Amino acid sequence: MNYKWNWGILFEVSPEGKGTYLEMLLSGLMWTLTTAFFAWMIALLLGVTIGVLRTLPSRTGRFIGNAYVEFFRNIPLLVQLFLWYFVVPELVPEHVGDWLKQLPNAAFYNGVLGVGLFMSARVAEQVRTGIESLPVGQRMASTALGMTTAQTYRYVLMPMVFRIIFPPLTSELLNTIKNTSVALTIGLMELTARARSMQEFSFQVFEAFTVATLLYLFTNMIVTILMRRLEKSIAVPGYLGTSANVVVH
Amino acid sequence: MFSNFDFDVIARSWPYLFKDGMSFTLMLTGLATGAGIVLGTILALMRLSKFVVLQKFATTYVNIIRSLPLVLVIFWFYFLLPYIGQWVLGSERPMAVGAFMSALVTFSLFEAAYFSEIMRAGIQAVPSGQFAAAQALGMRYHQVMGYIVLPQAFRAMTPLLLTQSIILFQDTSLVYVLSLTDFLGAASKVAQRDGRLVEMYIFAALVYFVISFGASMLVKRLQARIAVR
Repeated sequence: MNYKWNWGILFEVSPEGKGTYLEMLLSGLMWTLTTAFFAWMIALLLGVTIGVLRTLPSRTGRFIGNAYVEFFRNIPLLVQLFLWYFVVPELVPEHVGDWLKQLPNAAFYNGVLGVGLFMSARVAEQVRTGIESLPVGQRMASTALGMTTAQTYRYVLMPMVFRIIFPPLTSELLNTIKNTSVALTIGLMELTARARSMQEFSFQVFEAFTVATLLYLFTNMIVTILMRRLEKSIAVPGYLGTSANVVVH
Repeated sequence: MFSNFDFDVIARSWPYLFKDGMSFTLMLTGLATGAGIVLGTILALMRLSKFVVLQKFATTYVNIIRSLPLVLVIFWFYFLLPYIGQWVLGSERPMAVGAFMSALVTFSLFEAAYFSEIMRAGIQAVPSGQFAAAQALGMRYHQVMGYIVLPQAFRAMTPLLLTQSIILFQDTSLVYVLSLTDFLGAASKVAQRDGRLVEMYIFAALVYFVISFGASMLVKRLQARIAVR
């Protein structure tokens, strides 16, 4: 290989003028994590709502829930981001559209929204599976005790579900972090985008991508370790089966 | 809202969208699925083998690939392949690798990690007694795997493998970052040329939805048929 390695490039000042190349990549990591954090909040909130909706006795509720999940699961994330970023501002009333287009950090908001909604469908799927994995007897017993549907979910089903689906949710969280990279297509300067622009400025492509790769692996490891620890403290005794198939083998 | 919708732009660019774009997407999906399943099966066999070196290699490979975003991996291979080609052929300059080739290698190697997890589960689901019985009959490793274990694993895992290939189909849209003309690439080129972003992106979303949703319905039916045994 006649590629000229130059690791010193990391400590040279980047043309962006805000510090070294390494700092540029780290700031990319911060954007990745910030975007992923807010997207994950959206994913959890909507995902749990939709997941519950899909298990309710109401037919309409189930239909809406299923339609939601199918919509977000069958369109590539990249296309969904384009829909939010390019299409929606054109379809809303003109003054709203203009306001949307002039938002500072529009790529960030769109990234959060797009990745969040995309992931919410996957969270909803986990929540539904979790609820359906509980013995039907629990639901029946709650009804027999005179609980309303809302009470059944609030006090009986959901406390169990959250503990059971914690391991698969961890891997969805890791997917959320990875998926923020797709938002580079709408101009979000997250980690992969920074590595790419470092390559364009400095031509040291492999140094840039190696550091980005290491940062992703490191993030992945930290999140996994933290979640494993949390998982141990909340695991339901006797429900070992679920934690056996945590991702990141 | 849809009053100034220009449906004609879709009709006008139909041949470009489907003959150039969609055929690229489908070809990439098909070839990468095939290569991904073969490589994934090899990785799964390595992980389940008794040789520690092979186990370690396969585990590390799968874990690293699964921790990285596909976009980053696409860039990696795009820049790395010319050098790998040069090294393999021993030539003087980095080899020129076509865009399609680059995408194909990337998706095959990337998805192999995901396919290998599916195949591993499938192989492990075959009762170990069958392995032992086959060995007792004097079969060699490749015979046991080839005639007894893998056929059952493939059969049981077909729905999951197909579901993964639907995900792969959607993921191929990411070759957009290399400015290739897959279906989305074609749609976006038309969109920018004619200033018709709204129409083209809604249409692209619709096409992806119809294909993915239709395929996943077929997989569900297949799953129901396999389940009744």
